[in-house]
Amino acid sequence: MVEFTLWDILRNLLLATRWTVALSLAAFIGGGLVGLLVLFLRISKARAVRVFAKGYIELFQGTPLLMQLFLAFFGLSLFGVNLPAWLAGGLALILWTAAFLAEIWRGCVEAIHKGQWEASASLGMGRVQQMRHVILPQALRIAIPPTVGFSVQVIKGTALTSIIGFVELTRAGSIVTNATFQPFTVYGLVALIYFALCWPLSKSSQMLERKLNVAHRGH
Amino acid sequence: MRYQFDFGWLPQYWQLLASGIGITVQLILVGAVFGIALAILCAWVRSEGPRWLRPLVAAYVELIRNTPFLIQLFFIFFGLPSLGLQLGELQAANIAMVVNLGAYGCEIIRAGIQATPRGQFEAGASLAMTRLETFRHVVLVPALQRIWPALSSQVVIVMLGSAVVSQIGAEDLTYAASYIQSRNFRAFETYIASTLIYLALAILLRQAMALLGAAIFPRRLAR
Repeated sequence: MVEFTLWDILRNLLLATRWTVALSLAAFIGGGLVGLLVLFLRISKARAVRVFAKGYIELFQGTPLLMQLFLAFFGLSLFGVNLPAWLAGGLALILWTAAFLAEIWRGCVEAIHKGQWEASASLGMGRVQQMRHVILPQALRIAIPPTVGFSVQVIKGTALTSIIGFVELTRAGSIVTNATFQPFTVYGLVALIYFALCWPLSKSSQMLERKLNVAHRGH
Repeated sequence: MRYQFDFGWLPQYWQLLASGIGITVQLILVGAVFGIALAILCAWVRSEGPRWLRPLVAAYVELIRNTPFLIQLFFIFFGLPSLGLQLGELQAANIAMVVNLGAYGCEIIRAGIQATPRGQFEAGASLAMTRLETFRHVVLVPALQRIWPALSSQVVIVMLGSAVVSQIGAEDLTYAASYIQSRNFRAFETYIASTLIYLALAILLRQAMALLGAAIFPRRLAR
């Protein structure tokens, strides 16, 4: 029987943490880009486009992330599209992240006073120009704290890709548990590693909120 | 390759799906009732409770909010038996959901309490209410009313998160779906069907929370 020291366990978990971080970054960046697109659709002037974006957001926010992962991983393979676990997981996470970020950002855009739209329209700006020069710069300031806060949800969301077989932190935890029979220690450590990843982001989100809000009050 | 959709398996497995839906509904009922109760208790401790207890509750809230639900579930189900605490799948799932909603709900309710004007506490005191009575009658109810939409969303999020309890063998809707797709090899249709059921459950749950809110808080909130 092989003996495992605490260091053996921790080293293996930390090695797997790389994949959690990589997947989180991919999901967050990809989700941000798709989310920006959905945001533009969501506040478009054409009703049909708005309804489509709303439906997209409802669908991804109203169903479990696990089901979206299953559909991407098991479902797509029936159409002859065989995705590896990391790609299916990444794809589902990007679409899921996009739905939430689009909705968060919509709130920020709508928090900008209507007069700003009218003022920029009266300067003869087109809709894209209005967004780029007047609305987005102001909305960005409000958007930063909740966006940073949501990144915590993305990191936690990556844990579910373990279920379709991607070896990241959670999956590594299960594998190490099966080898060592020490679930209490292993899952305790896994929880602490996730905490170490997420807590600084939560805290900085709170700090940013306070900081940006104080600046806002000066208006 | 042309793929032929086939939902012909649905009638054959409806009982399995129904029992899965039943477990999911049971999980969220227990989770919501006890989770909100725990959240209120924690919010009370953090704003009014004994000082020595506050850091403990704060640590609980931060720990739960910054770790994945799946890990919390694994820790409770696989980890706690090392301490001699053996739990069944459903018990572990129930506890995980209560603990999870308790932490998120605490922060939401605390925000509602902080939004209550300080004058309300003083008004309660001037009516010779004790601190607990003031909290219960003057502060808590309007605070809950203020944050009810946020709390409702959180309950829906926890319900959707419950899909992972199938990983410890709790026989919820996701468990039923996985079981069915391993029999009929119709992964896409099976998961589409269960995804739509989850969507319907989420919409119904949001409606139910709105109706419950209207029943508990009949009066409009004074600004």
